Amino acid sequence: MTQVKMTVNGKAASGDVEGRTLLASFLRENLGLTGTHIGCDTSQCGACLVHVNGEAIKACTMLAVEAEGADVKTIESMANADGSLNVLQQAFQDHHGLQCGFCTPGMIMSASALLKDNPKPTEAEVRHYLDGNICRCTGYHNIVKAIMAASGQDVSALAAE
Amino acid sequence: MYNFDVEKPTSIADAVKALSRDEAQPLSGGQTLIPTLKARLAMPSVLVSLSGISEMRGVRLADDGRLCIGGGTVHRTVAQEAETHYPGLASLAARIGDPAVRNRGTIGGSVANNDPSACYPAGVLASGATIVTNSREIEADNFFQGMFSTALEEGEIVTEVKFPIPEKARYEKFIQPASRFPLVAAFVAKFNDGVRVAVTGASENGVFRWTEAETALSADFSAKALEGLKLDGGSMISDLHGSGTYRAHLVGVMTKRAVLGLI
Repeated sequence: MTQVKMTVNGKAASGDVEGRTLLASFLRENLGLTGTHIGCDTSQCGACLVHVNGEAIKACTMLAVEAEGADVKTIESMANADGSLNVLQQAFQDHHGLQCGFCTPGMIMSASALLKDNPKPTEAEVRHYLDGNICRCTGYHNIVKAIMAASGQDVSALAAE
Repeated sequence: MYNFDVEKPTSIADAVKALSRDEAQPLSGGQTLIPTLKARLAMPSVLVSLSGISEMRGVRLADDGRLCIGGGTVHRTVAQEAETHYPGLASLAARIGDPAVRNRGTIGGSVANNDPSACYPAGVLASGATIVTNSREIEADNFFQGMFSTALEEGEIVTEVKFPIPEKARYEKFIQPASRFPLVAAFVAKFNDGVRVAVTGASENGVFRWTEAETALSADFSAKALEGLKLDGGSMISDLHGSGTYRAHLVGVMTKRAVLGLI
Protein backbone atom coordinates (compact mmCIF):
# COMPACT_ATOMS: atom_id res chain seq x y z
CA MET A 1 0.00 0.00 0.00
CA THR A 2 1.11 3.53 -0.77
CA GLN A 3 -0.13 6.66 0.88
CA VAL A 4 -1.53 9.29 -1.51
CA LYS A 5 -2.30 12.89 -0.72
CA MET A 6 -4.24 15.27 -2.88
CA THR A 7 -6.65 18.16 -2.65
CA VAL A 8 -10.22 17.12 -3.38
CA ASN A 9 -12.87 19.82 -3.70
CA GLY A 10 -10.65 22.26 -1.84
CA LYS A 11 -9.89 19.98 1.12
CA ALA A 12 -6.81 17.91 1.87
CA ALA A 13 -7.48 14.21 1.31
CA SER A 14 -5.28 11.19 1.83
CA GLY A 15 -5.49 7.45 2.02
CA ASP A 16 -3.64 4.17 1.58
CA VAL A 17 -4.08 2.65 -1.86
CA GLU A 18 -2.77 -0.23 -3.94
CA GLY A 19 -0.89 0.43 -7.17
CA ARG A 20 -3.95 -0.64 -9.14
CA THR A 21 -6.44 1.59 -7.28
CA LEU A 22 -8.14 3.89 -9.77
CA LEU A 23 -8.78 7.53 -8.98
CA ALA A 24 -12.51 6.81 -9.37
CA SER A 25 -12.33 4.05 -6.73
CA PHE A 26 -10.32 6.26 -4.38
CA LEU A 27 -12.90 9.05 -4.65
CA ARG A 28 -15.84 6.73 -4.19
CA GLU A 29 -14.57 4.16 -1.72
CA ASN A 30 -11.95 6.00 0.34
CA LEU A 31 -13.56 9.44 0.36
CA GLY A 32 -17.22 8.45 -0.02
CA LEU A 33 -17.67 10.84 -2.96
CA THR A 34 -20.08 8.64 -4.88
CA GLY A 35 -21.18 11.37 -7.28
CA THR A 36 -18.36 10.24 -9.57
CA HIS A 37 -20.06 7.37 -11.35
CA ILE A 38 -18.54 4.31 -12.94
CA GLY A 39 -20.65 3.50 -15.97
CA CYS A 40 -18.68 1.36 -18.36
CA ASP A 41 -15.30 0.73 -16.75
CA THR A 42 -13.83 0.71 -20.27
CA SER A 43 -13.01 4.43 -20.58
CA GLN A 44 -15.81 5.15 -22.99
CA CYS A 45 -18.83 6.55 -21.17
CA GLY A 46 -17.43 9.56 -19.29
CA ALA A 47 -19.69 9.15 -16.21
CA CYS A 48 -16.54 9.23 -14.05
CA LEU A 49 -15.27 12.52 -15.46
CA VAL A 50 -13.58 14.79 -12.90
CA HIS A 51 -11.18 17.71 -13.12
CA VAL A 52 -7.53 17.07 -12.27
CA ASN A 53 -5.51 20.28 -12.08
CA GLY A 54 -8.30 21.95 -14.02
CA GLU A 55 -8.45 19.43 -16.85
CA ALA A 56 -11.21 16.95 -17.70
CA ILE A 57 -10.01 13.43 -16.88
CA LYS A 58 -11.73 10.06 -16.79
CA ALA A 59 -11.21 9.02 -13.18
CA CYS A 60 -11.64 5.35 -14.13
CA THR A 61 -8.59 5.60 -16.40
CA MET A 62 -6.10 7.22 -14.05
CA LEU A 63 -4.35 5.55 -11.14
CA ALA A 64 -4.90 7.15 -7.75
CA VAL A 65 -1.14 7.27 -7.16
CA GLU A 66 -0.78 9.38 -10.29
CA ALA A 67 -3.00 12.04 -8.74
CA GLU A 68 -0.51 12.53 -5.90
CA GLY A 69 -0.40 16.24 -5.06
CA ALA A 70 -3.09 17.10 -7.62
CA ASP A 71 -6.04 19.43 -7.26
CA VAL A 72 -9.13 17.30 -7.95
CA LYS A 73 -12.65 18.59 -8.39
CA THR A 74 -15.71 16.33 -8.50
CA ILE A 75 -19.43 16.87 -9.04
CA GLU A 76 -19.77 17.39 -5.26
CA SER A 77 -17.94 20.73 -5.64
CA MET A 78 -20.25 22.15 -8.27
CA ALA A 79 -23.19 23.52 -6.26
CA ASN A 80 -23.14 27.12 -5.05
CA ALA A 81 -21.84 27.83 -1.54
CA ASP A 82 -25.40 28.03 -0.19
CA GLY A 83 -26.17 24.57 -1.56
CA SER A 84 -28.30 25.79 -4.45
CA LEU A 85 -27.63 24.45 -7.97
CA ASN A 86 -25.03 26.34 -9.99
CA VAL A 87 -25.86 27.83 -13.39
CA LEU A 88 -25.01 24.68 -15.31
CA GLN A 89 -26.84 22.34 -12.95
CA GLN A 90 -29.89 24.62 -12.94
CA ALA A 91 -29.87 24.71 -16.75
CA PHE A 92 -29.91 20.88 -16.84
CA GLN A 93 -32.99 20.97 -14.62
CA ASP A 94 -34.70 23.76 -16.57
CA HIS A 95 -34.13 22.13 -19.96
CA HIS A 96 -34.71 18.51 -18.96
CA GLY A 97 -31.05 17.70 -19.53
CA LEU A 98 -31.33 14.46 -17.57
CA GLN A 99 -33.58 11.45 -17.54
CA CYS A 100 -32.21 8.61 -15.41
CA GLY A 101 -29.38 10.91 -14.29
CA PHE A 102 -26.58 8.37 -14.26
CA CYS A 103 -24.44 10.18 -16.83
CA THR A 104 -25.24 13.62 -15.42
CA PRO A 105 -22.21 14.09 -13.11
CA GLY A 106 -19.90 13.38 -16.04
CA MET A 107 -21.94 15.59 -18.35
CA ILE A 108 -21.80 18.51 -15.88
CA MET A 109 -18.05 18.12 -15.30
CA SER A 110 -17.40 17.83 -19.03
CA ALA A 111 -19.59 20.82 -19.84
CA SER A 112 -17.96 22.96 -17.18
CA ALA A 113 -14.52 22.11 -18.61
CA LEU A 114 -15.78 23.12 -22.05
CA LEU A 115 -17.27 26.43 -20.88
CA LYS A 116 -14.06 27.32 -19.05
CA ASP A 117 -12.12 27.09 -22.36
CA ASN A 118 -14.89 28.22 -24.65
CA PRO A 119 -17.51 30.37 -22.86
CA LYS A 120 -19.84 30.66 -25.90
CA PRO A 121 -19.59 27.37 -27.82
CA THR A 122 -21.62 26.69 -30.93
CA GLU A 123 -24.00 23.74 -30.92
CA ALA A 124 -21.52 21.80 -33.08
CA GLU A 125 -18.69 22.54 -30.64
CA VAL A 126 -20.79 21.31 -27.71
CA ARG A 127 -21.64 18.09 -29.53
CA HIS A 128 -18.00 17.53 -30.52
CA TYR A 129 -16.81 18.14 -26.96
CA LEU A 130 -19.31 15.62 -25.57
CA ASP A 131 -17.83 12.87 -27.78
CA GLY A 132 -16.61 11.06 -24.68
CA ASN A 133 -19.82 11.29 -22.63
CA ILE A 134 -22.48 8.72 -23.32
CA CYS A 135 -26.13 9.09 -22.24
CA ARG A 136 -27.86 5.75 -22.51
CA CYS A 137 -31.27 7.42 -22.29
CA THR A 138 -30.09 9.15 -25.49
CA GLY A 139 -31.13 12.50 -24.09
CA TYR A 140 -28.40 14.37 -25.91
CA HIS A 141 -30.53 17.07 -27.42
CA ASN A 142 -31.62 18.58 -24.12
CA ILE A 143 -28.13 18.16 -22.66
CA VAL A 144 -26.75 20.25 -25.52
CA LYS A 145 -29.57 22.73 -25.06
CA ALA A 146 -28.88 23.04 -21.32
CA ILE A 147 -25.19 23.69 -21.92
CA MET A 148 -25.96 26.31 -24.56
CA ALA A 149 -28.42 27.96 -22.16
CA ALA A 150 -25.90 27.88 -19.30
CA SER A 151 -23.47 29.74 -21.54
CA GLY A 152 -26.02 32.56 -21.76
CA GLN A 153 -27.12 31.86 -25.31
CA ASP A 154 -30.68 31.91 -26.59
CA VAL A 155 -31.78 28.32 -27.10
CA SER A 156 -35.35 28.98 -28.24
CA ALA A 157 -34.30 28.45 -31.87
CA LEU A 158 -32.77 25.01 -31.20
CA ALA A 159 -34.84 22.24 -32.75
CA ALA A 160 -37.63 20.35 -31.00
CA GLU A 161 -37.25 19.07 -27.45
CA MET B 1 -6.84 -5.72 -12.58
CA TYR B 2 -4.05 -7.77 -11.14
CA ASN B 3 -2.08 -5.72 -8.65
CA PHE B 4 1.27 -4.12 -9.43
CA ASP B 5 3.76 -1.69 -7.95
CA VAL B 6 4.01 1.79 -9.40
CA GLU B 7 7.29 3.64 -9.73
CA LYS B 8 7.32 7.34 -10.49
CA PRO B 9 10.74 8.38 -11.79
CA THR B 10 11.38 12.05 -12.57
CA SER B 11 14.14 11.56 -15.16
CA ILE B 12 14.59 9.39 -18.26
CA ALA B 13 17.67 7.79 -16.69
CA ASP B 14 15.71 6.75 -13.58
CA ALA B 15 12.85 5.44 -15.74
CA VAL B 16 15.23 3.25 -17.73
CA LYS B 17 16.67 1.93 -14.48
CA ALA B 18 13.18 1.19 -13.10
CA LEU B 19 12.24 -0.61 -16.32
CA SER B 20 15.06 -3.09 -15.82
CA ARG B 21 13.06 -4.64 -12.98
CA ASP B 22 11.38 -7.98 -13.70
CA GLU B 23 8.04 -7.73 -15.56
CA ALA B 24 8.21 -3.94 -15.62
CA GLN B 25 6.21 -1.98 -18.16
CA PRO B 26 6.12 1.75 -18.93
CA LEU B 27 2.88 3.66 -18.26
CA SER B 28 2.42 6.86 -20.21
CA GLY B 29 -1.05 8.44 -20.37
CA GLY B 30 -2.63 5.04 -19.72
CA GLN B 31 -5.60 5.60 -22.04
CA THR B 32 -4.93 2.27 -23.71
CA LEU B 33 -2.88 0.49 -21.07
CA ILE B 34 -5.27 0.97 -18.14
CA PRO B 35 -8.29 -0.48 -20.03
CA THR B 36 -5.97 -3.33 -21.13
CA LEU B 37 -5.00 -4.00 -17.52
CA LYS B 38 -8.65 -3.91 -16.45
CA ALA B 39 -9.41 -6.58 -19.02
CA ARG B 40 -6.52 -8.61 -17.53
CA LEU B 41 -4.83 -8.72 -20.92
CA ALA B 42 -1.53 -7.70 -19.32
CA MET B 43 -0.05 -8.46 -15.92
CA PRO B 44 3.08 -6.40 -15.27
CA SER B 45 4.50 -6.57 -11.78
CA VAL B 46 5.74 -2.97 -11.95
CA LEU B 47 4.34 -0.02 -13.86
CA VAL B 48 6.87 2.74 -14.46
CA SER B 49 4.90 5.97 -14.77
CA LEU B 50 6.47 8.36 -17.27
CA SER B 51 4.14 11.29 -16.59
CA GLY B 52 6.40 12.88 -13.97
CA ILE B 53 9.33 13.25 -16.37
CA SER B 54 9.35 16.92 -17.37
CA GLU B 55 12.23 16.52 -19.88
CA MET B 56 9.88 14.36 -21.97
CA ARG B 57 7.17 17.00 -22.32
CA GLY B 58 6.74 19.89 -24.71
CA VAL B 59 6.63 21.04 -28.32
CA ARG B 60 9.56 22.98 -29.82
CA LEU B 61 10.87 24.00 -33.21
CA ALA B 62 14.48 22.80 -33.59
CA ASP B 63 17.22 24.76 -35.41
CA ASP B 64 17.03 22.30 -38.33
CA GLY B 65 13.37 23.24 -38.86
CA ARG B 66 11.91 20.03 -37.47
CA LEU B 67 9.08 20.08 -34.95
CA CYS B 68 10.17 18.12 -31.87
CA ILE B 69 7.50 16.73 -29.57
CA GLY B 70 8.44 15.14 -26.25
CA GLY B 71 7.22 11.56 -25.88
CA GLY B 72 5.20 12.44 -22.78
CA THR B 73 3.35 15.33 -24.43
CA VAL B 74 -0.42 14.92 -24.29
CA HIS B 75 -2.59 15.25 -27.42
CA ARG B 76 -4.24 18.43 -26.17
CA THR B 77 -0.87 20.18 -25.93
CA VAL B 78 0.11 19.07 -29.44
CA ALA B 79 -3.26 20.27 -30.76
CA GLN B 80 -2.59 23.71 -29.27
CA GLU B 81 1.16 24.16 -29.63
CA ALA B 82 1.81 22.53 -33.01
CA GLU B 83 -0.93 24.58 -34.68
CA THR B 84 1.35 27.42 -35.85
CA HIS B 85 4.13 25.21 -37.22
CA TYR B 86 2.38 22.08 -38.40
CA PRO B 87 -1.42 22.56 -38.54
CA GLY B 88 -2.04 19.19 -40.25
CA LEU B 89 -0.52 17.37 -37.30
CA ALA B 90 -2.23 19.62 -34.74
CA SER B 91 -5.56 18.79 -36.38
CA LEU B 92 -4.86 15.05 -36.08
CA ALA B 93 -4.07 15.45 -32.37
CA ALA B 94 -7.22 17.55 -31.82
CA ARG B 95 -9.40 14.70 -33.09
CA ILE B 96 -7.96 11.72 -31.21
CA GLY B 97 -10.51 10.03 -28.92
CA ASP B 98 -12.36 12.63 -26.86
CA PRO B 99 -11.33 15.65 -24.73
CA ALA B 100 -10.58 13.61 -21.59
CA VAL B 101 -8.47 11.13 -23.56
CA ARG B 102 -6.58 14.03 -25.17
CA ASN B 103 -5.80 15.42 -21.72
CA ARG B 104 -4.00 12.20 -20.71
CA GLY B 105 -2.95 10.26 -23.81
CA THR B 106 0.55 10.92 -25.15
CA ILE B 107 2.31 10.76 -28.50
CA GLY B 108 5.00 8.44 -27.11
CA GLY B 109 2.42 6.03 -25.75
CA SER B 110 0.52 6.00 -29.02
CA VAL B 111 3.51 5.28 -31.27
CA ALA B 112 5.00 2.73 -28.85
CA ASN B 113 1.70 0.84 -28.72
CA ASN B 114 1.23 0.99 -32.52
CA ASP B 115 -2.44 0.08 -32.42
CA PRO B 116 -3.42 -0.77 -36.01
CA SER B 117 -6.22 1.81 -35.78
CA ALA B 118 -4.42 4.58 -33.88
CA CYS B 119 -4.18 8.06 -35.40
CA TYR B 120 -0.59 9.08 -34.60
CA PRO B 121 1.23 6.29 -36.48
CA ALA B 122 -0.30 7.62 -39.73
CA GLY B 123 0.91 11.17 -39.02
CA VAL B 124 4.36 10.00 -37.94
CA LEU B 125 4.88 7.70 -40.93
CA ALA B 126 3.49 10.12 -43.54
CA SER B 127 5.70 12.89 -42.16
CA GLY B 128 8.80 10.70 -42.34
CA ALA B 129 9.40 11.53 -38.68
CA THR B 130 12.22 10.22 -36.52
CA ILE B 131 11.45 8.43 -33.26
CA VAL B 132 13.97 9.24 -30.55
CA THR B 133 14.41 6.81 -27.67
CA ASN B 134 16.60 6.79 -24.59
CA SER B 135 19.30 5.02 -26.61
CA ARG B 136 18.94 5.81 -30.35
CA GLU B 137 17.03 7.43 -33.21
CA ILE B 138 14.77 5.32 -35.47
CA GLU B 139 13.25 6.41 -38.79
CA ALA B 140 9.47 5.99 -38.92
CA ASP B 141 9.88 3.73 -41.98
CA ASN B 142 11.81 1.26 -39.79
CA PHE B 143 9.91 1.84 -36.55
CA PHE B 144 6.42 0.47 -37.27
CA GLN B 145 6.70 -3.27 -37.79
CA GLY B 146 3.14 -4.58 -37.89
CA MET B 147 0.14 -4.73 -35.61
CA PHE B 148 1.16 -3.67 -32.06
CA SER B 149 4.77 -4.25 -33.08
CA THR B 150 7.62 -1.72 -33.26
CA ALA B 151 11.41 -1.59 -33.37
CA LEU B 152 11.50 -0.80 -29.64
CA GLU B 153 13.54 -3.15 -27.47
CA GLU B 154 12.43 -4.25 -24.00
CA GLY B 155 12.64 -1.29 -21.62
CA GLU B 156 13.25 1.27 -24.39
CA ILE B 157 11.27 4.52 -24.08
CA VAL B 158 10.11 6.92 -26.81
CA THR B 159 11.48 10.21 -25.50
CA GLU B 160 10.76 12.43 -28.52
CA VAL B 161 9.38 12.43 -32.05
CA LYS B 162 10.97 14.79 -34.61
CA PHE B 163 8.75 15.83 -37.52
CA PRO B 164 10.00 17.33 -40.77
CA ILE B 165 7.35 19.91 -41.63
CA PRO B 166 5.70 19.42 -45.03
CA GLU B 167 4.45 22.26 -47.25
CA LYS B 168 0.96 21.08 -46.41
CA ALA B 169 -0.70 18.06 -44.88
CA ARG B 170 -4.11 16.76 -44.01
CA TYR B 171 -5.55 13.87 -42.02
CA GLU B 172 -8.91 12.43 -43.00
CA LYS B 173 -10.55 9.74 -40.94
CA PHE B 174 -13.70 7.71 -41.13
CA ILE B 175 -14.68 7.06 -37.54
CA GLN B 176 -15.89 3.70 -36.32
CA PRO B 177 -18.84 5.05 -34.33
CA ALA B 178 -18.63 2.68 -31.35
CA SER B 179 -14.91 2.84 -30.58
CA ARG B 180 -14.28 6.35 -32.00
CA PHE B 181 -11.06 4.96 -33.49
CA PRO B 182 -10.59 5.36 -37.24
CA LEU B 183 -12.18 2.58 -39.24
CA VAL B 184 -9.80 3.86 -41.90
CA ALA B 185 -7.80 7.10 -41.97
CA ALA B 186 -5.22 8.57 -44.31
CA PHE B 187 -2.56 11.20 -43.71
CA VAL B 188 -1.29 12.98 -46.83
CA ALA B 189 1.87 15.08 -46.51
CA LYS B 190 3.12 17.13 -49.45
CA PHE B 191 6.82 18.00 -49.28
CA ASN B 192 8.67 20.01 -51.92
CA ASP B 193 10.38 16.82 -53.13
CA GLY B 194 7.39 14.48 -53.08
CA VAL B 195 4.25 13.27 -51.38
CA ARG B 196 3.92 10.70 -48.60
CA VAL B 197 0.66 8.91 -47.79
CA ALA B 198 0.20 6.76 -44.69
CA VAL B 199 -2.90 4.74 -43.86
CA THR B 200 -4.14 3.49 -40.49
CA GLY B 201 -7.06 1.27 -39.52
CA ALA B 202 -7.02 -0.72 -42.74
CA SER B 203 -4.21 -3.24 -42.91
CA GLU B 204 -3.63 -6.48 -41.02
CA ASN B 205 -0.02 -5.24 -40.77
CA GLY B 206 -0.88 -1.95 -39.10
CA VAL B 207 0.01 1.46 -40.47
CA PHE B 208 1.47 1.44 -44.00
CA ARG B 209 2.54 3.76 -46.81
CA TRP B 210 0.41 3.68 -49.92
CA THR B 211 3.29 3.95 -52.36
CA GLU B 212 1.23 3.85 -55.60
CA ALA B 213 -0.70 6.90 -54.41
CA GLU B 214 2.55 8.61 -53.39
CA THR B 215 4.01 8.14 -56.87
CA ALA B 216 0.83 9.36 -58.55
CA LEU B 217 0.44 12.38 -56.27
CA SER B 218 4.13 13.31 -56.51
CA ALA B 219 3.71 13.56 -60.30
CA ASP B 220 0.34 15.31 -60.18
CA PHE B 221 -1.08 16.53 -56.86
CA SER B 222 -4.76 16.21 -57.72
CA ALA B 223 -7.70 13.95 -56.94
CA LYS B 224 -7.63 12.89 -60.59
CA ALA B 225 -4.19 11.35 -60.11
CA LEU B 226 -5.76 8.82 -57.71
CA GLU B 227 -8.34 7.60 -60.22
CA GLY B 228 -7.97 3.93 -61.05
CA LEU B 229 -5.62 3.20 -58.12
CA LYS B 230 -6.86 0.21 -56.17
CA LEU B 231 -5.67 -1.62 -53.08
CA ASP B 232 -6.13 -5.31 -52.50
CA GLY B 233 -8.88 -5.97 -49.96
CA GLY B 234 -7.36 -9.38 -49.19
CA SER B 235 -4.64 -7.93 -46.96
CA MET B 236 -7.04 -5.58 -45.16
CA ILE B 237 -8.68 -6.08 -41.78
CA SER B 238 -12.04 -7.75 -42.23
CA ASP B 239 -14.43 -7.78 -39.26
CA LEU B 240 -18.03 -7.03 -38.36
CA HIS B 241 -17.37 -3.29 -38.78
CA GLY B 242 -16.35 -3.64 -42.42
CA SER B 243 -14.98 -6.10 -44.94
CA GLY B 244 -11.46 -5.90 -46.34
CA THR B 245 -12.87 -4.78 -49.67
CA TYR B 246 -14.81 -1.98 -47.97
CA ARG B 247 -11.72 -0.84 -46.08
CA ALA B 248 -9.64 -0.90 -49.27
CA HIS B 249 -12.26 1.30 -50.90
CA LEU B 250 -12.28 3.68 -47.92
CA VAL B 251 -8.50 4.15 -48.18
CA GLY B 252 -9.04 5.64 -51.63
CA VAL B 253 -11.90 7.84 -50.42
CA MET B 254 -10.00 9.18 -47.40
CA THR B 255 -6.86 9.86 -49.45
CA LYS B 256 -8.91 11.68 -52.08
CA ARG B 257 -10.65 13.79 -49.43
CA ALA B 258 -7.31 14.74 -47.91
CA VAL B 259 -5.96 15.81 -51.31
CA LEU B 260 -9.13 17.77 -52.13
CA GLY B 261 -8.79 19.56 -48.81
CA LEU B 262 -5.29 20.67 -49.71
CA ILE B 263 -5.83 22.09 -53.21
